[in-house]
Amino acid sequence: MTDQRPVAQAPATEAAPILEMRGISQIFPGVKALDGVSIKLYPGQVTALIGENGAGKSTLVKILTGIYRPNEGEILIDGEPIAFHGAQAAIDAGVTAIHQETVLFDELSVGENIFLGHAPRTRFGTIDWRQINLRAGELLRALESEIDPTIRLKDLSIAQRHLVAIARALSVDARIVIMDEPTAALSRKEIDDLFRIVNNLKRQGKAILFISHKFDEVYEIAENFVVFRDGRAVGNGRLKETAQDEIVRLMVGRDVKDVFPKVKVEIGAPVLAVESYSHPTEFRDISFELRRGEILGVYGLIGAGRSELCQALFGITRPSSGRLTLEGTPLDIRSSSDAIRAGIVYVPEERGRHGLALPMPIFQNMSLPSLSRTSRSGFLKAANELALARKYAERLDLRAAALSVPVGTLSGGNQQKVVIGKWLATQPKVIILDEPTKGIDIGSKAAVHGFISELAAEGLSIIMVSSELPEILGMSDRVMVMREGLAAGIFDRERLNAEVLVRAATGNA
Amino acid sequence: MTNLLKNRELLLIVIIGLMVIGFSTRAQGFAAPGNLANIFNDTSILIILALGQMTVILTKSIDLSVAANLAFTGMAVALTNAPYPDPPLAALIVMAIGIGAFLGAINGFLVWALQIPPIVVTLGTLTIYRGMAFVLSGGGWVNAHQMTAQFLNIPRTQLLGLPVLSWIAIAIVLGAWFVLTRLPFGRAAYASGGNPTAAVYAGIDIGWTRFIAFVLSGALAGLCGYLWVSRYAVAYVDIAVGFELDTVAACVIGGISIAGGIGSVAGAVLGALFLGVIKNALPVIGISPFAQLAISGIVIVLAVVFNARAERKAGRIILRDRAAPEASA
Repeated sequence: MTDQRPVAQAPATEAAPILEMRGISQIFPGVKALDGVSIKLYPGQVTALIGENGAGKSTLVKILTGIYRPNEGEILIDGEPIAFHGAQAAIDAGVTAIHQETVLFDELSVGENIFLGHAPRTRFGTIDWRQINLRAGELLRALESEIDPTIRLKDLSIAQRHLVAIARALSVDARIVIMDEPTAALSRKEIDDLFRIVNNLKRQGKAILFISHKFDEVYEIAENFVVFRDGRAVGNGRLKETAQDEIVRLMVGRDVKDVFPKVKVEIGAPVLAVESYSHPTEFRDISFELRRGEILGVYGLIGAGRSELCQALFGITRPSSGRLTLEGTPLDIRSSSDAIRAGIVYVPEERGRHGLALPMPIFQNMSLPSLSRTSRSGFLKAANELALARKYAERLDLRAAALSVPVGTLSGGNQQKVVIGKWLATQPKVIILDEPTKGIDIGSKAAVHGFISELAAEGLSIIMVSSELPEILGMSDRVMVMREGLAAGIFDRERLNAEVLVRAATGNA
Repeated sequence: MTNLLKNRELLLIVIIGLMVIGFSTRAQGFAAPGNLANIFNDTSILIILALGQMTVILTKSIDLSVAANLAFTGMAVALTNAPYPDPPLAALIVMAIGIGAFLGAINGFLVWALQIPPIVVTLGTLTIYRGMAFVLSGGGWVNAHQMTAQFLNIPRTQLLGLPVLSWIAIAIVLGAWFVLTRLPFGRAAYASGGNPTAAVYAGIDIGWTRFIAFVLSGALAGLCGYLWVSRYAVAYVDIAVGFELDTVAACVIGGISIAGGIGSVAGAVLGALFLGVIKNALPVIGISPFAQLAISGIVIVLAVVFNARAERKAGRIILRDRAAPEASA
């Protein structure tokens, strides 16, 4: 509250705010997660909530949805103070949220997912399936989607699930919609669709709190902004009158330059050659060459077959045809252990799910793919494993009480370092990074990008899959664009620009 | 006390110790070294089976067929020993382990190659193996007088103050510890259960790892088939009925996570000893045999409730740790 200052003119007060938070503080044992935060949300306007990971955004969302009760401060709706006793109270007050990780049920139908907990009833008190499917269909059509409400959620794509989550949020009669990083899993085209929906909601007079890391999106969709740093609201105003640099400065409390510290690296001899790689269902006829020290960006919409290609290169799935050559030697990769032995590693997109065995100690996670090197005549050697882990922990500046504690006790950032260390320890020649900075804040992003550049400078060849245009444009030496399982083109750095890539990815001439 | 609570093995030792002291106030000599050695010997077979079960559970699977495997293998060796007393005992033991391993391999194969959930596979083979024991014996019994003296006596021979049966259990405990902590297979087992997807990405073949775990569990069940028949000097179709649940209970009490990836050899052994002490104490302190089963069950449920609480506490601590960097970053 104290150091909150308007950067530009406060939002024009043509309308009174629907929701106002005054001096909200949330204290956890030993930590002040929010410190005297105030926010106003106006009807028909989008307010962007901007801040690094850990700035307190998620805590605020949890207060607004009734999951946390703040220690100090008050919440006013239409000028009336209101107390949220639990999630249902927040819904009754007209607040609904679309969460970062959509909380839905794979085995239930789309309609059930949308109306779970508030299903329409027949006059006998049983669930009214006809109404569920009818109203779910209406909600989805309002979102310009033709998803059949009776099919099961697990048969939908990620983007479609997201639509279901939005429909669920709108199925209660909400006036205040919170969107917590709704675009994190979406490609550009799907983001455009989402923004049409948001504009629709604006016209209906709903107040929207839009949380995002991505400035281009924020400027595109939002009218107002609030910047959080270390649990405080450090600035607010109207986006039209505020430069991006100013917001970045507020976010990090310092000037950030070199978000993409791409180092000029001498590109060496070809390392990996992929020739007409095909998969029965996911991709066809992919060919490219990767050189020493080169970063090859792979861009495309969600579902274009990028991750599937990477998984095939790593031996998780088998290609139906095609040839792979590593440093001139033909390779037949039948399993991930073959790939690791050959020097190809894959850092998967969902690090939590694919990357770490949380109950196992740090050093055992790090040594897992390198056990053949740390073992002696078939026996594990803890001393060797620890030495290996120590080396990469130091290099990555991993902060842990001891290398023998379970990985699950580390913070997210440090867990990520364990994943990266684990793969570097295999001393790979080719490293495949799938969405390396997905969901992490701008400060950590710069660190990851710096590190990727360093790896390239050391002579590693890197394949970087990303859905973020600035990242692809900033980091890649060349970019391969994939569309519907086919290579839509490979572009050199000189020819790179956003328009070319998006056109290739969407197929719009 | 909080440190003590965090170390489950130490806590179990303390609880078992308190139980022994408590029982000895009701039954003179319960805590005498000789009686404790007896309890250990009585629990040996459960310890061995629990270690096999633990290996399987670590990989996020379960083996419900261990007791049926034991019954079939026990019947097979007894039926071999009765008409053919000449072959050395070592050959019979190798045969028991071999049959057990083969039955375990059937489980492992079905789980690995056909991707059937382990609980379904082993529920099926549980019935099949016991049915096969019935087919093999025609429902008949093999009694003590049909077995050779060597077959019956070796496990109860005293060696350095303990019966050979106890020494076999101790050897298996050390072997299991070595396999799970010193061999790549052990690491693969923990990783396959801790996070199967991450294990695949790290180059571990989780199907193969599970297969080996089932083979090990089966081999130990086969060994126990011989040990059981020899110890109780009788083989019939229904030996060790329901014993697979004791092995699972020993694992759960010992802190082996049913979700896989967490657990130690010491935990499984102590879990088995916990059950062994209760089973031995109840008759001694004069509890009606009708109530014994129910009381054992209640104690197991209490232990599981306690475990669940302990795990929930761990969860809260993690959440707080997560809240801290979120707020302070």
